[in-house]
Amino acid sequence: MTANATAQIVFYFAILLALTKPLGLFMANVYEGKRTFLSPVLGRVERLFYRAAGVKVDDEMTFAGYAGAMLLFNFVGFVVVYALQRFQATLPLNPQALAGATPDLAFNTAVSFATNTNWQSYGGESTMSYATQMLGLTVQNFVSCATGMACVIALIRGITRKSTPNLGSFWVDLTRSTLYVLVPLSLVVALLLVSQGVVQTFHGYTTSALLQPTVDGDGKPVVDQLLALGPAASQIAIKQLGTNGGGFFNSNSAHPFENPTPISNFVQLLSILMIPAALCYTFGKMVGDTRQGWAILATMTIILVPLVCACAYFEQQGNPGFAAHGVDQVASALQAGGNMEGKETRFGIANSALWAGATTAASNGSVNAMHDSFTPLGGLVPLFLIQTGEVVFGGAGSGLYGMIVYAIISVFIAGLMVGRTPEYLGKKIEAFEMKMASLVILIPASAVLLGTATALLVQAGKSTIFNPGTHGFSEALYAFSSAANNNGSAFGGLGANSPFWNTSLGIAMFMGRYPLAIAALAIGASLAKKKLVPAGAGTLPTHGPLFVGMLVGVVLIVGALTFIPALALGPIVEHLLLNS
Amino acid sequence: MNSQIVTSATTNPNPQESRARATSKSRPLFDGPIVKTAILSSLRKLDPRHQIRNPVMFVVEVGSVFTTALFVQSLLGKGEAKPAFILGVSIWLWFTVVFANFAEAMAEGRGKAQADSLRKGRQDTPAKKLRGPTRDGGTVSIPSNDLRKGDVVLVEAGDQIPVDGEVVVGAASVDESAITGESAPVIRESGGDRSAVTGGTRVLSDWLVVRITANPGETFLDRMISMVEGAKRQKTPNEIALDILLAGLTIIFLLATATLLPYSVFSVEAVGKGLPVTITVLVALLVCLIPTTIGGLLSAIGIAGMDRMIQANVIAMSGRAVEAAGDVDVLLLDKTGTITLGNRQASAFLPASGVDPKTLADAAQLASLADETPEGRSVVVLAKEKYQIRERDLASLKATFVPFTAQTRMSGVDHDGREVRKGAADSIQAYVKAKGGAFPADVRAIVERVSKEGGTPLVVAEGATVLGVIQLKDIVKGGIKERFAEMRRMGIKTVMITGDNPLTAAAIAAEAGVDDYLAEATPEAKLALIREYQAGGRLVAMTGDGTNDAPALAQADVAVAMNTGTQAAKEAGNMVDLDSNPTKLIEVVEIGKQMLMTRGSLTTFSIANDIAKYFAIIPAAFATTYPVLDRLNVMRLTSPSSAILSAVIFNALIIIALIPLALRGVRYTPVGAGALLRRNLLVYGLGGIVVPFVGIKLIDVLLTLAHFV
Repeated sequence: MTANATAQIVFYFAILLALTKPLGLFMANVYEGKRTFLSPVLGRVERLFYRAAGVKVDDEMTFAGYAGAMLLFNFVGFVVVYALQRFQATLPLNPQALAGATPDLAFNTAVSFATNTNWQSYGGESTMSYATQMLGLTVQNFVSCATGMACVIALIRGITRKSTPNLGSFWVDLTRSTLYVLVPLSLVVALLLVSQGVVQTFHGYTTSALLQPTVDGDGKPVVDQLLALGPAASQIAIKQLGTNGGGFFNSNSAHPFENPTPISNFVQLLSILMIPAALCYTFGKMVGDTRQGWAILATMTIILVPLVCACAYFEQQGNPGFAAHGVDQVASALQAGGNMEGKETRFGIANSALWAGATTAASNGSVNAMHDSFTPLGGLVPLFLIQTGEVVFGGAGSGLYGMIVYAIISVFIAGLMVGRTPEYLGKKIEAFEMKMASLVILIPASAVLLGTATALLVQAGKSTIFNPGTHGFSEALYAFSSAANNNGSAFGGLGANSPFWNTSLGIAMFMGRYPLAIAALAIGASLAKKKLVPAGAGTLPTHGPLFVGMLVGVVLIVGALTFIPALALGPIVEHLLLNS
Repeated sequence: MNSQIVTSATTNPNPQESRARATSKSRPLFDGPIVKTAILSSLRKLDPRHQIRNPVMFVVEVGSVFTTALFVQSLLGKGEAKPAFILGVSIWLWFTVVFANFAEAMAEGRGKAQADSLRKGRQDTPAKKLRGPTRDGGTVSIPSNDLRKGDVVLVEAGDQIPVDGEVVVGAASVDESAITGESAPVIRESGGDRSAVTGGTRVLSDWLVVRITANPGETFLDRMISMVEGAKRQKTPNEIALDILLAGLTIIFLLATATLLPYSVFSVEAVGKGLPVTITVLVALLVCLIPTTIGGLLSAIGIAGMDRMIQANVIAMSGRAVEAAGDVDVLLLDKTGTITLGNRQASAFLPASGVDPKTLADAAQLASLADETPEGRSVVVLAKEKYQIRERDLASLKATFVPFTAQTRMSGVDHDGREVRKGAADSIQAYVKAKGGAFPADVRAIVERVSKEGGTPLVVAEGATVLGVIQLKDIVKGGIKERFAEMRRMGIKTVMITGDNPLTAAAIAAEAGVDDYLAEATPEAKLALIREYQAGGRLVAMTGDGTNDAPALAQADVAVAMNTGTQAAKEAGNMVDLDSNPTKLIEVVEIGKQMLMTRGSLTTFSIANDIAKYFAIIPAAFATTYPVLDRLNVMRLTSPSSAILSAVIFNALIIIALIPLALRGVRYTPVGAGALLRRNLLVYGLGGIVVPFVGIKLIDVLLTLAHFV
């Protein structure tokens, strides 16, 4: 890793951690219904929404009510996105006259955007009309993220409350997430992006003359180029903030109209991890001990930073295949060095590795470089980060509830080791919590393993894996890892827009989202009903370095033990073959 | 007299002594006959109906059956690998199951042996059943097994008490050594707090009429025996939660290994060389990965915990209670007999102004010579210690003893025309006034000061002159302060319960080093205190023996009833301490904690082991397709088959190796949760990563040397 890369990584995390407390504190106030600096403006809007929807702020929901409202709301979102895609040809805001999507693609995309996965089997500019993008996808970008945030707030309430079945109101949490957090932040980020040259227009695509005319494959001359445009900045802001990741254009944040400059790159990078990081502080604030939140954030950071560095290191090492041909891959004053295939020169290795780490740590999935073109071990980093179950930062809300579940498992094992019925934040962890926690780990892991196995067994799956051998295997493994953990990034090299892949990945995305959210809510409801145990000398502190170390270990070991055999047949063996 | 015998049997002021006795009772880990029975029983436990209770080991058994079938198939010439290799794996998988069964059978065997030794001497002797609850109702001789709850029996000197019961009429000395190991006989009598009798104990003198309180099969002994028998044992709440986690992990590993087959097939197609991974190797990998170490030892740990309770002479009514003991936050203790010796003792002579202390001591001694109460004896002892006033014989002095009466509320002697009296301040004041004397103001002040400091003042007067005050104090038991300090380090708050006034209570509480006290305690106040702690989320333990303790015992989360206590107390509690030692709770808490710690530590160990097993098996499993994976063979194991076999053998042997730890439990030291976790993570986490690397390599070397592979 170069000194420049180190400096960039340090700078990024320093700014990220500096933003955590103010944003986290603001969100805690929002969710607790306290007055914030936005209340004078937005308070009226909020009340207007409630009045229109007939929602009372104090109408609290039990587990069934909360989970039911969440599922119903998401189902409606799914139906709308599905319908918009199918009928976009007859709907307005379709200047390119794009045809309706196929049923399997529409299903895949609708699930994908409802579950905050934002896996894209399609290229945005060639498939989706402006109406579909704005009314369907952008709306889902807000509310799927707000759903995750609402669920984690309900879980946190369960931890803090005692002897009550109530978790709060889903409608209120959803509204507040969107209105106070996502919309204002998106506005700021979108304007910053526009200032850097990200496009924001309703105009149709434009044609521009090439400076250097060329010829196509058939020998015909090519003199001009069709430039895809659209209302991109507004969608990109929420795509990053809401850990969505679905690009406006096919090549996502590598596209010059989505991410033109290093500054736009930095703003987007920051947006990716900002809310998941700040939610940790919100958590600490709401449970009445901010050290608990910092401990969780420390756990996430301790896992992510070395992995980002490892990715940058392996990419900087370059390709051993080139070395054999005497190609100079060493960084120098004249060249960046390392493996630059699939990377944008305006970002380089450091920002590509940083982005790859951030986007897969958070369940964001946007990319500014092609993970498929990384070196085997460099590509292992994003793959493994996804396979940790998207709890290292993770999706907005969903990452934190996943990490809390891991904390519960760690507390359980650690609690036994100190000879006490385990308790987390004053709540006893018993059989029911372990049952739900086991499901949270088990469901996405099985979806990844079984999905990949199915794809490799059936012809419909195998036939669209374009790369041979170990790399092809990694691509299939990555696709299911990404879908089942609601990340949405793609390794590429896979013809995913086929009925088999669209359907199976759609199912994986569904399984990776709703059963987990319900399990997290169930844990919250179960904890809410319990008494609060005051901490004593025999209680294991869950805010110190020891517990953080233990939590880091549990997350890494569970991820590693589940996927080592598969990883051995993919990136690991590919690395060994490349270097033998 | 009676009360003194009981006191000596109930209190055990020296904790070291009681521990020494507990350990002297324990047997060697691998006792010949127990091992023999355990081996047989571990084969019997292969029955799938038994095995299904333990999902992890059930998976191993299914794997064993599977590989055995594969071996048979290979003998027919259609095998996926060499028959010898499949046989090797298969045998060691069977061993894995048997070893786990053996651990459980060993724990059961040790528990049973303990119970049997208690049961010994309790033959089915005929009992004398009475027609009614009086001695002269006439008796019928029936086998004690036929006795039912509510029956009334007569037990006379030399008879054995047939079943647990409650004394209705009579008082007798009873030898309870069969149960408690304590040779001094104890008094059992109707009415008071000493009315419960236990089956198997023997009446030494006098007779008792006993109402039977347990049906056959429901006595303490029976309950205890069922607690150490695996099949009947109820899983404890934490054990169930851990079972769920282990089952979850097992499913994950099942998927991780099962999906390797399609992955391998795809890889073989893609690379175009080698053969897909064999089923035998996949089963071996699965068994190595799933948490067999903790899965195999889990029930042994639970049974061994109950066994350790029995060795500490505590009978728990459920495993749940033992586990809860590890979580206790607050411990309520009766002052008398637990924190202080049963009786108050003289601690100082405080003379009135102008009186020589020795004169006061002499008079006090004289007044107490005939007083056989412990208080009276302590005055004589103090006088001798402080002023070398030797004991005198009342008869040779020709003195007349004036005993304590309810009217005078004083006692003393008349000797040589001297009239010496001692008693409460009011009584003596009335006495000297009647004699024409005055009660001096400075003595009044002394009396008040003594009361304030938690003592009891006894005023001594000779004739019309008040000589001074004897200070009587509660004597806090030796070593008790250290035990409370130990509890504090464990995170347990101690609360003293006493009927004394708040001033006295505060003074004793400070001296004994308890964290809090409840003065002027009534049964209602005790109950309210427990509820208050529980409402604050705390787990409350208490010890008690009296009938008026029963409601509080029933409310407490962990309630240890003294064996010397009433039947009501014993039924309200969820544990009975046969030694009737109230500080036994510390050991009970330790045993509860050890049980959890052993489970947690072995779970960590088991999971940490998987890392080394991956390094052994993954390169071996895909050796034909990806020979390059051999670079992950960091242990440099000889061949793919030796690597897999070594991992499987290690996985089986580690269960045997850890049986002693499972039976004895991980050591608990009251150093705080953080330090304990750090130590156990280091030993069982880091140890769990390192040990299998060494073990697997060693086994591989041995296999290679023996040309097995």
